[in-house]
Amino acid sequence: MKINRRRFLLSSALVGGGVLIGYTATRPSRHRRANTELAGSGESFVTSLIKIEADNTVTIYVPHSEMGQGVHTSLSMMAADELDADWERVNIEQAPAIDLFANGDLVTGFAGELGAPSFLAPLISVSAVKIAELANLQTTGGSSSVRFTGEHSMRYAGAAARDLLVQCAATRWAIPAAECTTALSYVHHNATGRSLSYGELAAEAAMLEPSTEPVLKSRDQYNIMGKAMSRNDIPAKVNGTAPYGIDAQPEDMLYAAIRFAPVFGTKLVSVDAGDVLSRRGIKKIVQLEDSVAVVADSYWRAKEALKSVDAVFEELGNENASSASIYEQFDASLAADDSDEDREIGDTQAAFESAADVIEASYRVPYLAHAAMEPMNCTVHLKDGRADIWTSTQDALGIKSRIASILGIDAENATFHHSYVGGGFGRRLPFNWNVIDHAALIAKEFDVPVKTVLSREDDLQQDYYRPAVASNFKAAFDASGLVRGWHNRFTGPVQTPGAAHIPYAIDNQSIRVVDGTTHVPIAAWRSVDHSQQTFFTESFIDEIAHRAGKNPYQFRLDLLSGHPRHRRVLETAAEAAGYGRNLPEGHALGIAVQESFGSVVAEIAEVSMDENMRPVVHKVTCAIDCGFAVNPDTAASQIESGIIFGLTAAMYGEITIEDGRVAQNNFPDYEMVRMATSPEIDVHILESDNTLGGFGEPATPPIAAAVTNAIYILTGQRVRELPIKNHDFGKPSLAKA
Amino acid sequence: MANFKVNGEDKTLDIEPDMPLLWALRDELGMTGTKFGCGIAACGACTVHINGVAMRSCVTPVSAIEGQEITTIEGLATAAAGSNPSNPALTAVQQAWIDHQVPQCGYCQSGMIMAVSSLLAQNPNPSDAEIDSSITNVCRCGTYPRVRRAIRSLATA
Repeated sequence: MKINRRRFLLSSALVGGGVLIGYTATRPSRHRRANTELAGSGESFVTSLIKIEADNTVTIYVPHSEMGQGVHTSLSMMAADELDADWERVNIEQAPAIDLFANGDLVTGFAGELGAPSFLAPLISVSAVKIAELANLQTTGGSSSVRFTGEHSMRYAGAAARDLLVQCAATRWAIPAAECTTALSYVHHNATGRSLSYGELAAEAAMLEPSTEPVLKSRDQYNIMGKAMSRNDIPAKVNGTAPYGIDAQPEDMLYAAIRFAPVFGTKLVSVDAGDVLSRRGIKKIVQLEDSVAVVADSYWRAKEALKSVDAVFEELGNENASSASIYEQFDASLAADDSDEDREIGDTQAAFESAADVIEASYRVPYLAHAAMEPMNCTVHLKDGRADIWTSTQDALGIKSRIASILGIDAENATFHHSYVGGGFGRRLPFNWNVIDHAALIAKEFDVPVKTVLSREDDLQQDYYRPAVASNFKAAFDASGLVRGWHNRFTGPVQTPGAAHIPYAIDNQSIRVVDGTTHVPIAAWRSVDHSQQTFFTESFIDEIAHRAGKNPYQFRLDLLSGHPRHRRVLETAAEAAGYGRNLPEGHALGIAVQESFGSVVAEIAEVSMDENMRPVVHKVTCAIDCGFAVNPDTAASQIESGIIFGLTAAMYGEITIEDGRVAQNNFPDYEMVRMATSPEIDVHILESDNTLGGFGEPATPPIAAAVTNAIYILTGQRVRELPIKNHDFGKPSLAKA
Repeated sequence: MANFKVNGEDKTLDIEPDMPLLWALRDELGMTGTKFGCGIAACGACTVHINGVAMRSCVTPVSAIEGQEITTIEGLATAAAGSNPSNPALTAVQQAWIDHQVPQCGYCQSGMIMAVSSLLAQNPNPSDAEIDSSITNVCRCGTYPRVRRAIRSLATA
C-alpha cells in the first residue's frame, strides 16, 4: 500500500542519515547565521533557538504557530529548563519564517510512528539529504510540537547552550567544567564561591560549536517542565491587542471580497459586474480561474458590491451530486469490495464460516468543515519585486514559498509577518491553498497591500473537509459466545495510518479500505481519521459487548490484557466517573477509548434524555496517558477543547452536498456546542514512562462513541450515523445495561 | 456623516449609514480588537457595549447608534475603572480570564469578555441557567468550562 511504502522510505532515510535528533537546533554553525542575521548589539545566539543578552535576558525562538494550544510557552519551558534559565527572565519570540527556523524534526518524529500524516506526505518523498533540510517546512499540526520539536529540538538547544556556557566559565576560571553547576541563568563554582551570569558568557559561547549530542535532564531533574505555567499569549488576548492575520493593517491597504465557483472544481466562465465599479470605494473586479473578486477601500463595501456581481461558472457533471448520491457511491464501493489491506490478522474468513453467531452494522459520518473562528484571510503586498505577507497559518514558511512562487519572486524577497492564529484545526495547513493562492493572485494586480477575507459562508462552503466515511462491520462469535472475527470495510482515503485498528485481542481481523473519492476536497481535521474511525470501532465493540451480554466496560478490559495503557486510562476514568455506582435517575454512562498521536485517552460521558427525548451530556470524565505533560494546565485546556470540538461534531456537525455544492451557509445551520450545551469536564492526566504523547488532538476521537454508547443504554437505539441531532429517539425504551 | 462616541472619544465618519458598526470600527477607525466572525449576529465575536449593554456590532448599522456611547474591548478597562484595584489596566473580568487561563486561540474572547462584562454589570451573581441564556457566544476552541469557572470566581468574590 502506498502509505506503507512512504513510511518505509522515510524510515530508511533516517537510518541511513544517522542521528538527526537535535540537528535542527544544534546543526553546526546554524547559530552563526542567526548571529549574523538576527542578533542586535549585546545579543548573542548560543544555539540557533536561544539568544542571550548581556543583561542576562534569555530569548527563546519558537518555530511553531501559536493557535491557542500554548505552544510558545510549552516549547520555551523545555528549552529554558535544559538551559537552567531563570524563567522570570525568559522572553518568548515567534521564530521568523526563514529557513533557519524550519522545523523538520516534525518529520523525523513522525518517522518513528506508524506513518507520517497526509499533510506531510508530499514533503517526505524526497531524498535523505533533503529530509534533514526541509527548508520550506514550519508546520504546526499532528499534535507534534511538544513531543517532536520540543523533545528533539528545544531541549537539545537548551542543553547544548548550557554546555557551552559552562565550558566558557570553566575556561575563564581554569577549572574542569565538571566542577561547575548552573541555576537561574548563572554558572557557579561552588568550591570557590564564584559565579558568572549567562549574559556575561554568551558572546564567548556564541563563538563555539554546540554539541549535537548534549546530555539531557532526567524527569527528576526538571525545574520548569511539569509545572503549570501561565501562557505568555493570554494577556494580549484579554484586551484586544493580540494580532491575528485578519487584523493586518499596512498603509494604503485595499480589501477583497471573493465569490468562488459553488461546485468544487468548476471554473469561471463570465462575469457581469453591472454598475458596481461606479460605486463608492470600488477599485476593481478581478476574475480568477475559479472565482471573482471585488476589490474596494473597505471590506464591507467590497462584500456588498459582490452581491450585485453576476458570475457564470461552467458545469462539469458534479452539479447533480448530493450527500445521498455520495453515500450511494460509498455503498457501491463497499459492496464491490475492491479493497486495499489496512490490517489482516489470522484467518477471518474461517472465523466467519465456523461462527455460531454473526452481527453486522453499517456506520456513516458526513463531511465536516473546520469553521475556525477567524475566517480565512490573507494580506499580500507586492511592490518592486518584494512582497510582504500577513496571514494566520499553520505553516508560515510553506505559505511564504507558495505566495512567492505565484508572485514570480524569490522566497528570499518575501517577508512573512507572523500573528496569532484564530483557530487552525487543520484548515490552515499547507496544501489547503485556497484563499492563499487567491490573495496572491488578487494582490498581484496592485502595488498596494490587498487583504482578502472569506465571509463565513464561503469559509464553510469552500473548505477542505473532514472526509465523509462509510464503514461496514461484521463480528463472528463462536459457540461459547467469544468474539473470534472482526471484519471491517471502510471508504478511504487513509489519511492517518492505523486509525481504524483496534487494540482488542480478537484473533482474526480483516480491515480493508475501499475507494471513497468524490469531488469534495478533503484535508486533515482535528485528529484526522481518528475522529471518524473511533466513532465506528468504539461503537461496534460496544454492540459486540451488548450482544455478548457483557458489561461494555468489563468487556473492553477483558480484551485489553496486552494494552496496559488502555486499561489504566479506562480504569481511571471509570473510577472517577463513578462507573458501576448509582447515578441520578435517567442518567447513563457511555465509554470509549482510543490511542492517537502518542496518547491513550478514555472518555466516559454521562448522558440523560430530556423531556423531548433529546440527549443532554452532563459530564465527560477523561483520563489520558500522555507520558508526561510539560505544562499540565495547558494540557488540560487542550483536552477540554478536544472534547468539546468532538462533541460539536457528534451532536450537530454535518456539511451536506446538494446540487454539487455545500448546503450550509453560516453558524445557524452549522451549529456549535455553546455554554448551555457544554458539559462539565473532569480531566485526569496520567504520566508514565512512555515517550511524550500529544494533547491537541487525542481527546477529540472518543467523545462521539462515548455519547452514543450512553444513548443506547438510555433508549435502546444504536446511533450509527452522525450527527445525533438528526435522530428521532421517540419514546423512552426499557433497554438498560 | 455618522457621529458616535467610542471609548469616550467623539468620532465623526463620512460613511454610509448602513455600514455596520463592526466595519466602522475595524476598517475606518483601525480598531481591530472587535472581531468579524459570522456577519449575521450568530457567533458574538463582534460584541461591543452600546450605552453599557452588550450588542452584536456586525448587524448594527451606524445609523442606529447616532450619538451613542460605544465601548470596545480596547476601552473596557477605562470604562470599568476601579473594578480591579490591583491592576487598573485590566477589569476584574479580564483579570479572571488570565487567572483561569481562559483563552485558547483567543479570537472569540474579545466578544466573550464584552458579553460577560455586560451580564455581570446587570446581574453580579448569575445562576448557571442565567449564564447559559445570556452568554451565547461561539468559542470553537471550547473554552466554555473555563469561562464558567471564571464567571463563578467573580460572582462569589
